[in-house]
Amino acid sequence: MTTAPVLDADGVRRTVRRLAHEIVESNAGVEGLVLVAIEGGGAALVQRLADEIEQFEGARPPTGSLDVTLHRDDLHRRGLPAALKPTQLPDIDGRVVVLVDDVLFTGRTVRAAMDTLNDYGRPKAVRLAVLVDRGHRELPIRADMVGKNIPTAQTDDVRVLLQEVDGRDAVVVVPGRLEA
Amino acid sequence: MTTLAIHNGRVIDPALGRDGIADVVIVDGRIARIGPNEGDMVVEAERIDATGLVVTPGFVDLHTHLREPGFEYKETIATGTLAAARGGYTTVCAMPNTSPPLDSRASIESVLREAEHSALVRVLPIGTITLGRAGKELSPAGELFRSGVVALSDDGDAVADPNLMRHALEYSTQFGLPIAQHCEDPALVRDGVMHEGWVATRLGLRGRPASAEEIMVARDIALAELTGAHLHICHVSTAGSVALIAAARERGIHVTAEVTPHHLTLTHEEVAFHTDFRTVDYITNAKVNPPLREETDLAALGIALRDGIIDCIATDHAPHASMDKEIEFELASPGLTMLETSFALSMKLVHDGTLTLPVLIDRLTSGPVRAWGLDRRTGLEGLGTLAPGALGDVALLDPNAEWTVEPREFASKGHNTPLGGRQLRGRVVATIFGGRVVHETDRVVAL
Amino acid sequence: MTTETRPPHPPTTTSRQPAWEHHDVLDLDDFSVAEIETVLNLADRMREILDRRIARVPALRGYTVVNLFFEPSTRTRASFELAGKVLGADVLSLTANTSSVVKGESLIDTVRTLRAMRTDAIVMRHSMGGAPYLAAAHTDASIINAGDGAHAHPTQALLDLYTMRSHFGDLHGKRVVMVGDISHSRVARSDMWGLAAMGAEVVLCGPPTLLPRGLRASDRPAHAESALPAVTIETNIDHAIEGADVVMALRLQSERQQGGLLPSLHEYARLYQVTEERLAKAHPGYLLMHPGPKNEGTEIATDVASGDNSTIEEQVTNGVAVRMALLYLLSGRTEAPGEPSSEVRA
Repeated sequence: MTTAPVLDADGVRRTVRRLAHEIVESNAGVEGLVLVAIEGGGAALVQRLADEIEQFEGARPPTGSLDVTLHRDDLHRRGLPAALKPTQLPDIDGRVVVLVDDVLFTGRTVRAAMDTLNDYGRPKAVRLAVLVDRGHRELPIRADMVGKNIPTAQTDDVRVLLQEVDGRDAVVVVPGRLEA
Repeated sequence: MTTLAIHNGRVIDPALGRDGIADVVIVDGRIARIGPNEGDMVVEAERIDATGLVVTPGFVDLHTHLREPGFEYKETIATGTLAAARGGYTTVCAMPNTSPPLDSRASIESVLREAEHSALVRVLPIGTITLGRAGKELSPAGELFRSGVVALSDDGDAVADPNLMRHALEYSTQFGLPIAQHCEDPALVRDGVMHEGWVATRLGLRGRPASAEEIMVARDIALAELTGAHLHICHVSTAGSVALIAAARERGIHVTAEVTPHHLTLTHEEVAFHTDFRTVDYITNAKVNPPLREETDLAALGIALRDGIIDCIATDHAPHASMDKEIEFELASPGLTMLETSFALSMKLVHDGTLTLPVLIDRLTSGPVRAWGLDRRTGLEGLGTLAPGALGDVALLDPNAEWTVEPREFASKGHNTPLGGRQLRGRVVATIFGGRVVHETDRVVAL
Repeated sequence: MTTETRPPHPPTTTSRQPAWEHHDVLDLDDFSVAEIETVLNLADRMREILDRRIARVPALRGYTVVNLFFEPSTRTRASFELAGKVLGADVLSLTANTSSVVKGESLIDTVRTLRAMRTDAIVMRHSMGGAPYLAAAHTDASIINAGDGAHAHPTQALLDLYTMRSHFGDLHGKRVVMVGDISHSRVARSDMWGLAAMGAEVVLCGPPTLLPRGLRASDRPAHAESALPAVTIETNIDHAIEGADVVMALRLQSERQQGGLLPSLHEYARLYQVTEERLAKAHPGYLLMHPGPKNEGTEIATDVASGDNSTIEEQVTNGVAVRMALLYLLSGRTEAPGEPSSEVRA
């Protein structure tokens, strides 16, 4: 990949730390907080956030993950993946659930995540934290906490690379082809 | 005077012990002369070059379902006899499981009338053993005999009641009519739909055990011995039946027997498998009664045919419409369309060395005639042979020609064969009935 | 955000497209080990959905499943109905009478008519072996065999495998004993294939009148050795159960007695009933299974049916999960990514 990263390793680390602080501040502490990764891009990110919070708060919020595939509204267009990832959630009733994803784009994944969450219980509040907001929303959805806003073209490909999965930390934008 | 000269073929006439290059000359529908260069002696004639071909008597089938009257959607006398001609057959014996069944003088005569009108080859009717094939009362055998039937049979079903069978055999002796029995004991068959064995187990289908056939073969042999009647065993399918028939013949009991090309060459695996054992199918075109058996049975049947324990090959040509076959396996009608593939399929036994070609030809021509005494019974002297004076019924064969079975191209209305798409080796090139060409392929060269 | 925005992750534990080649589910004989595992892994996820407070997801919205039952069955039908509904499919259940079908509309007409009404999957139960194969050959709707005569019951076999796997993890070398009416059991036939594929040792036990012919490899010609799974036949239940990891009692129909296959149900129970005493010889931690509906007091003793080792109820729950997985996989196949719903497949 020849494109220069929009965020380098240091940038990612700083952004994650800031996001962690924002999450705790918005909740006025760790009490009643649950971090839930949206399967796909959020899993590694959630662990990073929980690690950070644990470091500066001395307490680690419970975490979980959601596979939202079965709730997507575009399955017919995209086809069903033959494998699903497990959904593992701590108790969410009466808690403040922070949904975590790496990139916010059309908003459809988040909508599916909120529907999926409803099958498990009734949180006190649901918030959304994303590392990157790249715009081009197709639904009335807005993130409560954003690591970095990156303007993109519709056809661009925004990739969040994390050490745990990809071997390095970076955010890159691969320009889309015009005909796409 | 019309003359047809068939030149330079390998003439095989097992009844006359002839096997060599010769010409066959047919004058006014009868064999006139036969021998090397005989054709050159006649001045004016239609001529066929049979160089490289085998020339034999027309085939005789003791077991054909023509379906008329009553099931004309499956086959008619016209289409069935056209299929016969394509298969090298010039004489077919029509089974009486029609609707109504052929159990009266009137029904026999109507078949004969229709045959006279629309048949391409000779049709000899068979009457039922019991009224309406119901297995309860005897058919009027004397009346049927005078109407011209060549045998009696309830084929499709066995005469299950041993006492009734005993009397049927006994009664037939005054006319010398063979009683042709479909040997399968219904009490053992129950609702079986294929051979009882590992294939049925894999398919979860109920089986018809080999013993269901053998028990009835044994029973009827005992009854034939008791009554002195002529018992004919239709479509023998098991090694056990072969042993019983061999022993009965040894003891001098008047038992004759036939075997079908499919029981000689196809096993119960045809019902389930197209290519490998990985997946199954339910191939209704391989459903037949008695069912296709196992390799050991095939081997025994081939040897028995070679040794004359089984007299002849009979097709059990059983055409069905697609609506009879494209349904659940248990509901599908049993039987194979066979006339047009009979020779090629039977040739497998020559190609694999079980039979010599002359022996195979005997089992298709003079074998069946001998089994039922058809020549004497019908007054057709020399039937099944090329003896001078005999009817000019001839088949021209290419034993090595390969062809692909294409059921849609059958003359028969029935396309029900598991052989579709398969390559067979052995082809009927032309058929001559009473001196007239009733079937020819482009392989035939007129001179 | 869509997953297209992501880099191609190196394959983790599950790749995105695990093995799945089936358009129909007719039997397990043509399932690879990988395909069986695909179903079982997915069933794990489906189990999790079933345990949610609101067990309903919209994944199969607009997908139409017709239960076409020519033979009465409460549990299998209910199981498929629930499986479809949990996934948001439209499910319609038809109970057809075989005899009326014989008289009037043919099976082929029926499935073609259902397809013309835009049915995506037909779940079929039929009293005759092979009927689903006939249906599958004449429609491009997916056919799921929910039991055909004495032939196959692949979804039952998959739920059995799922249940065993959830207890043992790996089925390799596990001794699985099926006791009872093997001849008429479509469950035993499909289980055989699945168990053999997963490496289990299959023991079939029953009176000789209820054991079909040709099961022993020695009863088949050499070239057909692989045509049926390798099994051990045992007519003595005590020998069969010795060291068993799984004992599965099969349903015994009372009409077998009239058919002359058994002297009496009483004698059958005495010789072949799965009892506490007999199970003492099984491997510790054995599972007791039954495909249901069970005749307690005939093929299985009442106390064992509800005992600690019994998985009978668990099997029922697992059945819904496995059927959800199958419906999900079959539907995914008909909707190729990026393409509109296609009416006719190549």
